[in-house]
Amino acid sequence: MVTENKENAKGAIHIENLVKTFISNEGDTVTALNGVNLDIPAGSFVSLIGPSGCGKTTLLRQIAGLAEPTSGGVFVDGKKITKPGADRGFAFQQATLFPWLNIRDNISLGLRARHVYKEHKQDVDEFIETVGLKGFEKSYPHELSGGMNQRASLARALVGHPDILLLDEPLGALDAFTRMAMQDEIHRLWEKYKTTMVMVTHDVDEALYLSNYVVVMKARPSKIEQVIKIELPFPRARTQDTFVLYRKKILEILNFAGKIPEPEYYL
Amino acid sequence: MKNKILNTLRRFLPFLGVVVAFAIHRLIEDSDEHPDAEEAYYTWILYFFLVATFILGIVSTFIKKLKKSLEYSGAFWGGVGIVVAIIDIVIGKFALFPVLFFPKYDNILAQFFEGYEIILKCIWHSTKLLVTGFLYGSGFGFVTGVLLGFNKKFNYWINPYIKLIGPIPATIWIPISLTIFPTTFGASVFIIALSVWFSVALMTSSAIQAVPKAYFEVSRTFGASSAFQIFRVGIPAAMPSIFLGVFYGIISAFLALMTAEMFGVKYGIGWYISWQKAMLVYSGVYAGIIVIAVYCMLILTLLFKLRDKILNWQKGTLKW
Ligand SMILES: Nc1ncnc2c1ncn2[C@@H]1O[C@H](COP(=O)(O)OP(=O)(O)OP(=O)(O)O)[C@@H](O)[C@H]1O
Ligand SMILES: [Mg+2]
Repeated sequence: MVTENKENAKGAIHIENLVKTFISNEGDTVTALNGVNLDIPAGSFVSLIGPSGCGKTTLLRQIAGLAEPTSGGVFVDGKKITKPGADRGFAFQQATLFPWLNIRDNISLGLRARHVYKEHKQDVDEFIETVGLKGFEKSYPHELSGGMNQRASLARALVGHPDILLLDEPLGALDAFTRMAMQDEIHRLWEKYKTTMVMVTHDVDEALYLSNYVVVMKARPSKIEQVIKIELPFPRARTQDTFVLYRKKILEILNFAGKIPEPEYYL
Repeated sequence: MKNKILNTLRRFLPFLGVVVAFAIHRLIEDSDEHPDAEEAYYTWILYFFLVATFILGIVSTFIKKLKKSLEYSGAFWGGVGIVVAIIDIVIGKFALFPVLFFPKYDNILAQFFEGYEIILKCIWHSTKLLVTGFLYGSGFGFVTGVLLGFNKKFNYWINPYIKLIGPIPATIWIPISLTIFPTTFGASVFIIALSVWFSVALMTSSAIQAVPKAYFEVSRTFGASSAFQIFRVGIPAAMPSIFLGVFYGIISAFLALMTAEMFGVKYGIGWYISWQKAMLVYSGVYAGIIVIAVYCMLILTLLFKLRDKILNWQKGTLKW
């Protein structure tokens, strides 16, 4: 059975002929997204995977509404995205915490911006605990490690309970064990809140462990190469054999599967 | 054990410094080129510091924080005692420089002991000017800076004028402002405010423009309003540089204050100095300079205390 949380009506993403080009400093045109079409059902977990520079961050930023598309567009629940909104949370590739606020204030700033802090006070504490930062509420970002900052940034995106969570390599700076623990937390939160998740990752196993869909992207020209539906029930085990086939498929698309040399026979 | 004795000695170095200054003052006669003061003021002061530094050395044994800081700074204050003694020898004892321009300690101190009333009045007058001018200047400077930083239209229309007017030393406007304002007080406040205004406005606007774009993007993903982005993101992020602008501002305000006072204003420390100079009372000039030095130091200390309070998240990046 595939959990798609159909009961959740909010957070469906429709991307239509999305093109995004940049003018580089030398005046060349860089095509970061070259006609992307993608449909993400509400409440699904989608991983974006692909080589560096293939436009993953650019795609997330388009969904977030942080930059204008060159042509085409992103629609959330049928409405065209023109600007950012609290319905779409974003955990940036760099933690980008505010250095003048302590961890707790950093995490709760979004709630304050929307004047809903009082109602959601306990949520802040809950998410601080979830990301394992209890006891560090009063610390400033520069006093914590890179991984701790990244977890705080994750909590900041989660605490507003958005319909869509855009995660740009949220676990990139974490060690393998914290990373696995955080994967479990993200999965638990996804099941609990039925948020639509779009996560960029470089880790094929992470994508397989968490997602309904793995979107494989390629660079030059930047586009979606293939969308793979992962038809495995949750909860999944990291050690499960069925991952092998999917992993093989993804790595083959990315040309990283490698080859076993033909055996040489000496008779 | 040896270390402990050495540390104890360090805490008594300020006392030893005063002892040296005292010994030299008592053992060598003052040169008779100097006019005599009414009283032996310098000796009084030395007595006071003999007792004070000795008590400090004893008391610091029991207060841990004081002990640590005195073990560190004791040598410096001991050195200050020696410097004071050397100046005493050069000027007071042997009058190596013309005594009219280099009066001995007793005569400078006499200005304080005998003329404290007028000095206090002058300090009060300068403070009033400085505070009023500074408040207006930094207030307007901050608002201008925020508008320049955030509002493209304002920046387009106003910034060139600010760039044109800003770098002109504010004191150039003294003759003009003296004729425009009905009172010299108003004129001086204007001059001081003008000099603070420029540095605060400049630092604020450039700091806001230098705030990483990512900070604003993060707050936009919260659905934050423009006001929220300005007041809760842009301004706090720019705060360290804004503070630097205030810091430069107060220094140029001080300069403007002194110049303004030497021109038309009656009373004030700057006025006091030029008045004493006009009467060829150089001991009074030195007294005025000492007042200014102490005054400046107090203001800067206050400012840095304030900064540590407001900007405690970036402790220790700027040292005074
Ligand atoms: N603001 C910009 N100006 C110019 N070029 C840009 C800009 N942002 C992205 N690009 C270009 O667009 C392409 C895609 O960038 P993007 O950041 O989306 O890659 P990515 O897939 O997230 O890579 P990574 O895995 O390294 O984070 C790159 O070639 C990059 O140079
Ligand atoms: Mg990226």
